[in-house]
Amino acid sequence: MNEMLATAPARPSAGLGPRHAAGDGPILRVSNLEVTYYTDSGRAKALDDVSFTLNSGEKLGMVGESGSGKSTLALAMMRMIKAPGRIEGGSVVVGGGDLMALDAEDMRKARLSRIAYIPQGAMNSLNPVMRIGAQMIDAVKSHLPREGRAAIEARCKRALQSVDLDAGVFRMYAHELSGGMKQRVCIAIGILLDPHVIIADEPTSALDVVTQRQVMETIDNVQKAINAAVILIGHDMGLMAQFVDKVAVMYAGRLVEVSTVREMFTDPKHPYSRALISSLPSLGNKGVFQGIPGLAPSLLRLPSGCAFHPRCESAMPHCSTIRPQQQVLPGGRRVTCHLYDGEA
Amino acid sequence: MADLLRLENVSKVYSHGIINAHSTIALRNFSLTLKEDEPTILTVAGESGSGKTTLAMLLLGFITASAGQIIYRGKNIASLHGAEKMAYRREVQAVFQDPFAVFNPFYPVDHLLTVPIKRFGLAKSKADARNKMEEALTAVGLRPEDILGRFPHQLSGGQRQRINVARALLLKPRLLIADEPVSMVDASLRATILETLRNLQRDHGVSIIYITHDLTTAYHIAKSIIVLYRGSVMEAGDVDRVITDPQHPYTQLLVDSIPWPNLDQRWGAQPIKAREAGGSNDGCRFRSRCPMAMEICKEDPPLFRIDERHAASCFLHEKRPEIAKAALSELLPV
Repeated sequence: MNEMLATAPARPSAGLGPRHAAGDGPILRVSNLEVTYYTDSGRAKALDDVSFTLNSGEKLGMVGESGSGKSTLALAMMRMIKAPGRIEGGSVVVGGGDLMALDAEDMRKARLSRIAYIPQGAMNSLNPVMRIGAQMIDAVKSHLPREGRAAIEARCKRALQSVDLDAGVFRMYAHELSGGMKQRVCIAIGILLDPHVIIADEPTSALDVVTQRQVMETIDNVQKAINAAVILIGHDMGLMAQFVDKVAVMYAGRLVEVSTVREMFTDPKHPYSRALISSLPSLGNKGVFQGIPGLAPSLLRLPSGCAFHPRCESAMPHCSTIRPQQQVLPGGRRVTCHLYDGEA
Repeated sequence: MADLLRLENVSKVYSHGIINAHSTIALRNFSLTLKEDEPTILTVAGESGSGKTTLAMLLLGFITASAGQIIYRGKNIASLHGAEKMAYRREVQAVFQDPFAVFNPFYPVDHLLTVPIKRFGLAKSKADARNKMEEALTAVGLRPEDILGRFPHQLSGGQRQRINVARALLLKPRLLIADEPVSMVDASLRATILETLRNLQRDHGVSIIYITHDLTTAYHIAKSIIVLYRGSVMEAGDVDRVITDPQHPYTQLLVDSIPWPNLDQRWGAQPIKAREAGGSNDGCRFRSRCPMAMEICKEDPPLFRIDERHAASCFLHEKRPEIAKAALSELLPV
């Protein structure tokens, strides 16, 4: 472990050019991540033993209902969980170094330069009384204090260009931009320092379909340009089908399935993924509404055994008593369900 | 056959500034008729700024039209008073986008249901009121014992949105304006709410104007669709025909951008032209972004009839027969 820390790659120095990850292994390795919120009404385990890996240039979709822990996962990876929440254990290894082992100052430096977060609702994440340019310069300066003013400005303008925004946006205020443009400014800030991993938390949930397509195409282009790994958080399976390579399904704080997008849409393994896929509207099945019966459980009172068993079509007697473990099926798919016991 | 609702050349202009007055035409010469005894679900679709919410506000009487009139059951809604106005307020109900903002966090959710019961004198006694509330909640697929007495923060977004539908149902409306009712609800709960809305139309005879930017849900719930862009009708007709075979370049762009959950049906490759900030106020509103724009597009395009259930306002179809904008409703199936 210490060796890995020592070989953590230096921050890329310049520009938005293509960059190759250090080594061959996955650029991101999340292992056994656990987060608990200590609330007045009890302990809520918002992330329970979450593990997955991601390669450079790969796009992972993280889907689940509200309250399933998607956003908590993003915040935990950024180490931005606030009280009453606490990261209880696990590691987030980005390009060789474990983020959980860093001290506060090193973690601050790692944010944006190694792992960047594009927040939900770009409308509210820009400062209304600062020009866009000043906000971008702030972000670079705090990471590269010795870089000259001209170099920083050039870097910011390159970032704006790479998200198809006019260089004039640099001098503008947030209120002068449309929703889609603000979201693209947030993406530009996210890629300023060529991070290894970009986490986009529902980047298009407030936008209409045309703007949504523009924003997603923008993320796709910059992701290719800097060869970063992208985690797209959302609940829109349609968007996932159009954008990601792999899909991870979360339920009540656990990853219940990780598959390639094609496997997920053609042969979902976990009963919850199956229900998600069959509740999707498509051109073929007009007028058929099939929701998932029941409600997402409260994290304070999780059902025993597998948390999904009260809503599960294929529940077996031992599902209510024995908690399933994540298994790697032949072919690399990960499923957390008793149906596949013995297949791994 | 009586008309439930008739919009005659309704326009809404927002102006600001005193010396250099700017005006934005949010809705331009919009005509629509809904029949009283043929409850239907009509989708009004468009991106932000298309005028769809302005239309909802006009129909609910929150703002007044700059030109044209809105006739509800034979009466202009601008001139309604007293008992007539109360009847209109009761019969035209709304479900809004944000299921979180409409609840007062200090009251149990019952409050949302008891206030209209009191206001409109719907119940003779407390027991009667309770029955009515339970009936409405059951009709939208909720268990009253799970809901009544709880506070908004104890319920999920989907449950809250269904309480909103239940509140509307309680008042036995004739028309329901649903402004983006599912855009803030989890995808897995959308199906349930849409089904609730459809049952409302089918079993309770309520006409629904479903306002959305999401053509996927529009396709699944509605019978007919009107596509708006910057206040003008671009295309209208049977929802199947408009979505599977769009004729207006704008609708084509919209349909092309739907993220279908299907790996073999990819997003279109057509590049998207950015929207101009101001845009011109005459001619075809879409022409600055239109890949097919022609010289003639500087004039206002009339509606051209594609077939008996489909019309598009675009000069690409100028060989087809022209129809009056006021006759738009005749195209819409119920």
